Amino acid sequence: MTKSPDFLNWQENELHKSISRFPERKEKFTNHGGGEINRLYIPEHIDDHYTDDIGFPGRYPFTRGVQPSMYRGRLWTMRQYAGFSTAAESNKRFRYLLDHGTTGLSIAFDLPTQIGYDSDHSMSTGEVGKVGVAIDSLADMETLFDAIPLDKVSTSMTINSPAAMLLAMYVAVAEKQGASADKIKGTIQNDILKEYVARGTYIFPPKPSLRLITNIFQWCGEQTPSFNTISISGYHIREAGSTAVQEVAFTLANGITYVQAALDAGLELDHFARRLSFFFNASSDLLEEVAKYRAARRLWARIMKVRFGAKNPTSWMLRFHTQTAGSSLAAQQIDNNIVRVTIQALAAVLGGTQSLHTNSRDEALSLPTEESVRTALRTQQVIAHESGVAETVDPLAGSYYVEQLTNKIEQEASALISKIEDNGGVVRCIEEGFIQRQIENSAYEYQQEIERGERIIVGVNKFEIEEETKPPLLRVDPRVEDDQVARLREVKANRNSDQVEKCLNTLKAAATGDTNLMPPIIAAVKEYATLGEICDVLRSVFGEYREGC
Amino acid sequence: MSNTTYRVLIGKPGLDGHDRGAKFIARALRDNGFEVIYTGIRRSPEEIAAAAVQEDVAAVGLSSLSGAHIRLFPAVVECLRKAGAGDIPVIGGGVIPDEDITLLKEKGVEAIFTPGTPVDQIIAAFTAACSKHHETRNA
Repeated sequence: MTKSPDFLNWQENELHKSISRFPERKEKFTNHGGGEINRLYIPEHIDDHYTDDIGFPGRYPFTRGVQPSMYRGRLWTMRQYAGFSTAAESNKRFRYLLDHGTTGLSIAFDLPTQIGYDSDHSMSTGEVGKVGVAIDSLADMETLFDAIPLDKVSTSMTINSPAAMLLAMYVAVAEKQGASADKIKGTIQNDILKEYVARGTYIFPPKPSLRLITNIFQWCGEQTPSFNTISISGYHIREAGSTAVQEVAFTLANGITYVQAALDAGLELDHFARRLSFFFNASSDLLEEVAKYRAARRLWARIMKVRFGAKNPTSWMLRFHTQTAGSSLAAQQIDNNIVRVTIQALAAVLGGTQSLHTNSRDEALSLPTEESVRTALRTQQVIAHESGVAETVDPLAGSYYVEQLTNKIEQEASALISKIEDNGGVVRCIEEGFIQRQIENSAYEYQQEIERGERIIVGVNKFEIEEETKPPLLRVDPRVEDDQVARLREVKANRNSDQVEKCLNTLKAAATGDTNLMPPIIAAVKEYATLGEICDVLRSVFGEYREGC
Repeated sequence: MSNTTYRVLIGKPGLDGHDRGAKFIARALRDNGFEVIYTGIRRSPEEIAAAAVQEDVAAVGLSSLSGAHIRLFPAVVECLRKAGAGDIPVIGGGVIPDEDITLLKEKGVEAIFTPGTPVDQIIAAFTAACSKHHETRNA
């Protein structure tokens, strides 16, 4: 890069003089992952071609956003992830959130549900209703959405391995409410690849898992045109300790794998691509995060248009949900977390997110209380209505630093994606532990920086105080597990077991063949076959994945 | 450190897949001279206790971030006891409210560490637990 004479002159005079008198705080300033941050960014750093690289919002390559007027038209969806204990308790929390201005639901399921175990399975011990709501059968789903009109709200469900079953239940509940499948709106996470590397709720091996996913793409393409069929998630990869670049690279590499699997299954690109959505983390490094979202959008647009040859501009758009970084929350001086969440939420909005969940201040200690959840939602509302950042599109565009960082993240992520492909693609890299090792190394370095005091976490390794008062915490009643098991028994006692058996046999036959599994799954859930029973049928055909250690 | 190399097991009981903390502790212990076996995620208390006995470890570290600690940590202690290895100390970590810490200690968990604890403190606890176990066995 050639530096202008003015810059060199400034460097020799003002800068040199200043630094010799007031040395800088550190020898080297870096992002998480070691990328060096320059003192100053100048026009020479951004060698961009405005139309090719930045362009206009709502137009390829979408660096500045997916809609032409962004939040001047409609604000992002304020979507708070919630769910705990029983379906009835969670239903109450959803209605509370809807009454307080949340504009979309986001369901947290407990771990047994996410891993396809009924509440009475031995591995479910201690986990029922803990990190989300327990769903064993359609009966629980009916309670969960009682008096919530599914043709009006949009619902995001954090469900991966058993996504097909939970979607089937959702469709069945909507139908009972009188809403046909084409009216429902929402998203299922349905992103199995990141489960193998970061989140852990896998059931089946990669190949049959990818079949279930493409079955969903196909069925939804025909039946639920307004439903996002997948939320390709970098969130958990980042939470597991990756850098921003790794988050983008691994997420988009997973995206490429899903697109390829769908193409291999004979689906038409422009038909399914418009329902792909993404999910990213918002960490505290505000400007790096903004650059990350912009870089991801541009890189995905190029992948879809250039590499896969998608024709419809909607197929090129990376639409994403954001959640603030849970792992950044401290258990000490928890009010500081409100400030962290504000910075992170601001990053998501300045980066053009389509929807946002803000974490609550007490989540390093337990599930959030109702009051903490309200403050988290209010944080979004203050940003939306008071901060002014939503009044113009992509306000940080043209910042020398942000544009340079956008370019850098795109280039580095693109190089990492190529490396994965040179090593045989995502599935091979997961099986060989390549991706897991990269994430682990980044996590280890980051934590070591904190341990050595090179990275300061306010209230944790600096500015500590003795805290005397403890905040009130939300506790899940331990009786929830017994109650849930009792309800499950009741459902099993009151259904037509011959019909259930027939449906499960039909499902097994379909799984052995190669037809779409959605219709037999829907038939089974409607007969109140349990999630565990349906998953067991598929386990018997597909086998189970076990992590190599 | 003494010249004894302590062997420890880090386990993830239950269904929680968040193992960033467990992996960090495993690696930090390794860097401090311990021999570490990590079970991987989603293990039952029985599996963890069996592995601890089979590998003849001097301490077990457990991590859970899902709230299931209250059932699962004591279950591991119990399984170790049943296997005749009740002298292997169990240390726990995760998102664990204060009031649960007392309860877990009553049920035989040696120590509990929550988010933000400096790693040196955790390593010191493992060293102390292992050396106590070593002395008991050789007494």
